[in-house]
Amino acid sequence: MQELEIRTPRRHPLTLPRGGALAGTLTSLAALVLFNLVATPHFTSLQTLYVNLTQVTTIVIVAVGMTMVIATGGIDLSVGSLMAISGALAPLIFARDLLGVGPGPLADALAFVVPVLVAMGFGGFNGWLVARFRIQPIVATLVLFIAGRGIAQVMTNGNLQAFHNDAFHALGLGRVLGVPIQVWLMAAVVAVATWVIGRTLYGRQLLAVGGNEAAARLAGLPVARIKILVYAISGLLSGIAGLIVIAINSSSDANLVGLGMELDAIAAVAVGGTALTGGRASIIGTLLGALIIQLLRYTLLSHGIPDAAALVVKAAVILVAVYIQQIRRAS
Amino acid sequence: MGDELLLSMAGITKSFSGVLALNAASLTVAAGEVLALIGQNGAGKSTLIKVLTGALARDRGTVRFAGQPVAFRTPQEAQAGGIATIYQEINLVPLRSVAENIFLGREPRRWGLIDWRRLNRQAAELLAQFDVRVDVRQPLNQFNTATQQMVAIARALDQQARLVVMDEPTSSLDDREVAVLFDVIRQLKARGIGVIFVSHRLDELYAVCDRVTVMRDGMTVADQPMASIGKLELVAAMLGRSLEEVTRYGATAFDEDFAPRPTRVLEVTGLKSAPRVASVDLDVREGEIVGLAGLLGSGRTETARAIFGLDRAQAGTIRVAGQDVDFRTARDAIRAGIGFCSEDRKTEGIVPDMSVRDNLTLALMPQLTRHGVIDQARQRAIVERLIKRLGIRLASADQKIRELSGGNQQKVLLARWLCMSPKLLILDEPTRGIDVAAKAEIQGLIRELARDGLGVLMISSELEELTEGCHRVSVLRDGRSVAAFDHAQATEHAIMSAMAHGPAEVAHAGA
Amino acid sequence: MTSLTDTIAVGPSRHAALLQRQGVVVALVLLILFGAWRYDDFIGLYNVMSVLRYNAMFALVALGMGFVIMTGGIDLSVGATAALASVVSAGVSDIGLGAGLAVGIAAGLAVGLLNGLVIAWAKLPPFVTTLATMLAARGLALLISGNQSVSVSWDTSFTDLGGGDFLGFPIPAWIAAIAFVLGSVLLNFTGFGRAVLAVGGNEEAARLMGLPVARTKVLVYVLTGGLAGLAGVILAAQFGAGQPTEGQGWELFAIAAVVVGGTLLTGGMGSVGFTLAGTMLLGLIFNILNFENGKGEFTLSAYWQSVIRGAFLLLVVLLQNRLARRPG
Repeated sequence: MQELEIRTPRRHPLTLPRGGALAGTLTSLAALVLFNLVATPHFTSLQTLYVNLTQVTTIVIVAVGMTMVIATGGIDLSVGSLMAISGALAPLIFARDLLGVGPGPLADALAFVVPVLVAMGFGGFNGWLVARFRIQPIVATLVLFIAGRGIAQVMTNGNLQAFHNDAFHALGLGRVLGVPIQVWLMAAVVAVATWVIGRTLYGRQLLAVGGNEAAARLAGLPVARIKILVYAISGLLSGIAGLIVIAINSSSDANLVGLGMELDAIAAVAVGGTALTGGRASIIGTLLGALIIQLLRYTLLSHGIPDAAALVVKAAVILVAVYIQQIRRAS
Repeated sequence: MGDELLLSMAGITKSFSGVLALNAASLTVAAGEVLALIGQNGAGKSTLIKVLTGALARDRGTVRFAGQPVAFRTPQEAQAGGIATIYQEINLVPLRSVAENIFLGREPRRWGLIDWRRLNRQAAELLAQFDVRVDVRQPLNQFNTATQQMVAIARALDQQARLVVMDEPTSSLDDREVAVLFDVIRQLKARGIGVIFVSHRLDELYAVCDRVTVMRDGMTVADQPMASIGKLELVAAMLGRSLEEVTRYGATAFDEDFAPRPTRVLEVTGLKSAPRVASVDLDVREGEIVGLAGLLGSGRTETARAIFGLDRAQAGTIRVAGQDVDFRTARDAIRAGIGFCSEDRKTEGIVPDMSVRDNLTLALMPQLTRHGVIDQARQRAIVERLIKRLGIRLASADQKIRELSGGNQQKVLLARWLCMSPKLLILDEPTRGIDVAAKAEIQGLIRELARDGLGVLMISSELEELTEGCHRVSVLRDGRSVAAFDHAQATEHAIMSAMAHGPAEVAHAGA
Repeated sequence: MTSLTDTIAVGPSRHAALLQRQGVVVALVLLILFGAWRYDDFIGLYNVMSVLRYNAMFALVALGMGFVIMTGGIDLSVGATAALASVVSAGVSDIGLGAGLAVGIAAGLAVGLLNGLVIAWAKLPPFVTTLATMLAARGLALLISGNQSVSVSWDTSFTDLGGGDFLGFPIPAWIAAIAFVLGSVLLNFTGFGRAVLAVGGNEEAARLMGLPVARTKVLVYVLTGGLAGLAGVILAAQFGAGQPTEGQGWELFAIAAVVVGGTLLTGGMGSVGFTLAGTMLLGLIFNILNFENGKGEFTLSAYWQSVIRGAFLLLVVLLQNRLARRPG
């Protein structure tokens, strides 16, 4: 006699053997790399690796935060705008004396810390709207999506702030052991986030809130606090990403920093296998997802296909990835 | 009733990935007949119904309906063919009005556009047949489950259904509403409509059904008139056991050997928590099982939620282990030593994609943590111990909890609170929707826990559970405590009287 | 026989939703009064007409978005679709107005069809699907236009669509008005409209009740795509060029307008008329900002526009939230 509920299905031909969603994503990435090894000249050069990794770091950092937010069943549309705010604040601090400390190491230090804290604060604001007022995440973060970039633009009057700052130069272009600093940063973020989700109380609580919020509340979890914190984390990571972007360019344009980042981040999460409905989180998957999208764009570009076409391809990849994810989940 | 049966299913076989779910099962219903369909979870009832209603395709077998062989491929086809299903979770659209729900997809038109006036009028007329008079323009979610069920039945009737399948229709109804439903079923009978009544509640079946079909292991093991088979025999047939075994398993005989200790873990006086709790008095002692009875809407769950800190209380006092308390959140209550098992494990109990291990330790986790990191070794040990103690059947503690059967899920939820070593456990319908064997196990567990000193407040709608499984029974009516009975005085009649009539009539029963 | 006549309210109060929607209208009226009081020419013919002309595009997009949201879905591709439509219609504008309209709307319908099929048949979540089609449409627009704006031909009547008047009112406004009237009839008096709300309210139930769920979903995205296409054609006609980079943020503006108008984001409940009010509300903010700058007392850069819009959305959402809390 069956005790378990009968769960049907015939295995869909597209499902890969049970090795988790990660296996599929990894395979796709491997396929892309292989293709490039064969078909793209100079692919194995360090320069190529360098370029690709650099372009992908900011997306990964933001996407890690997005993964955690999505795990609670929410979403954060404001990440790009928070990047803009962070990117706008920093030069104001070290070059335009916003905090009145004059140029120098103190200003530089504050220019790293304050924008990130401000972004984190805005993130907490998002979380507060979601937790305290039970506003839907898409609407709550929509507010800052719309208003946040405006705030950054108002602060700088939409002007480009070009600057010359050694500390930021190091962040953007410096290397440690031959690897760019931002890549180290990205690796650290990924490692910490993976550990948090896998081994800590907060990680379990995140997944519980996303999996069944009512049950989590009944079990005594501090749901409001958990949510506020996750959006704050997303804000924090967006702040860091904003600093990296302006460091790479040695300039900050509030109109452009982080533009479209929310979509890239969500795409990375989707392709990486994390369910958009919440209750699950795969940081490594997100990393792979971002790498796949980046590598695809690079593959197309280096074969002369215009960037615009890359958009279409990116779109197709997202659809295929989510479709596969869906089939796998049904079985 | 004609010579030919309204519905005749024979030799139905169905397997899933090599596992046989239905093994030459059969089922027949005559026009104007009410057939009870019973069996444990996993016996094949729902699978057979799904084959009938077109949600699943059969591998082998024949189905004849209204004189024709049929093979419905989708639920819509079955509906169009005259078979309507009233589901346990009302499958209507809550935000749309009552009238709209009745006519959705078939709205009366005038000049090509929907004629709202006619729609509303006809809906009201339909419902009036069942003596249901409500404002049909209001959204469906403004009404309680019983009314929503009537809307579903009205829709079925209007669609000229000839066979109505009712899946656990009384699980959310109080006795008064059940009576109304039975009246409606008799009306259906009178019109020559066949009814298949799927239920766990044996008493109700005897009240309204003509015949009974029992399923077990995918086969039809009994098919006879209701009057010709007794309750215990039915249970025996369901379990595939002899009558003697059933007497031990099925009956919830209460062992009166253990008496509760004198200290009170919970004292509630004059509790008021809008909108449903007006004035409730309760107390539970260490080692005591107190049953909380009452009709739907009498405020039992709301009382429990107010005690547990989920809802705000406007007046009254609550004392836990002698201390006055004022819980703002569930966390406060948990910290004070209370556990609460909600009545709906799907929406408030399990985190479906999480492992059994994490689900089990969900409330305990902060205590298993050091500097934010979970001590996995300790967690594993506790989980293993509880799985053994409660007899939870699973493949591995790491599998997702949604893969477990209802009974085992409920055990995990019980374990969630047990590992917290609470002083008081509040259980809301702990054996609802669970098959007979698991039910008996859980009831036995609760008794064991009480024996060890745990205070239990058990909300239950099953009179047998109350009369035979509790030291005392407290009755609520319209948010007020109206009676309290000792085990000896707690007869089904006394409890029902209190629920129906309130304090005046039962003063003498020993409040 | 016993009867059931009592009701126990268990869902969001109907009255609360009604109140909130009326709140939108009240806010709109207040805003208009404020503008009329503070600025000359605010309610002057010129301003009214240009506001109507400019916001007609957004109104069309919001109308479609409203339908999609009512089914419980979302469409992030409307802005990119409009951009694509603007580019292709500008490209054939030399053939004539009819050609421009046909091609532009067809482009929109095609994107909408793709959305609908993927969402209804492949069952992918609307958010991700329309995210992808947004990227694809944007990419296509850039490819077709060669990364630059496509000038329209002034030789045909094409630009009349955007700049012309009919009986004193801007043609785009007429188009939007007719669309809204038709949309309202569609929602409230046709089986399709009721199916839209049923699917959003409880999709499983809708399916079991025999409603054509998949077809309804596909149609709703096709409708939205077509409306976005139309908006794109109007865009090209109004500004004299098809812009592949236009339309950014349109989808979120539309979502905000729909939410402000009282439609539930989870689906199942909504109103066409109030979506229009929401669009007007958000559109008027831009208008008022321009006037404020013109007044010269403070100079509010256009950047304040987004801040204020965001704040407004927040206000409305909090209000909606407050009203949705049942008393007691």
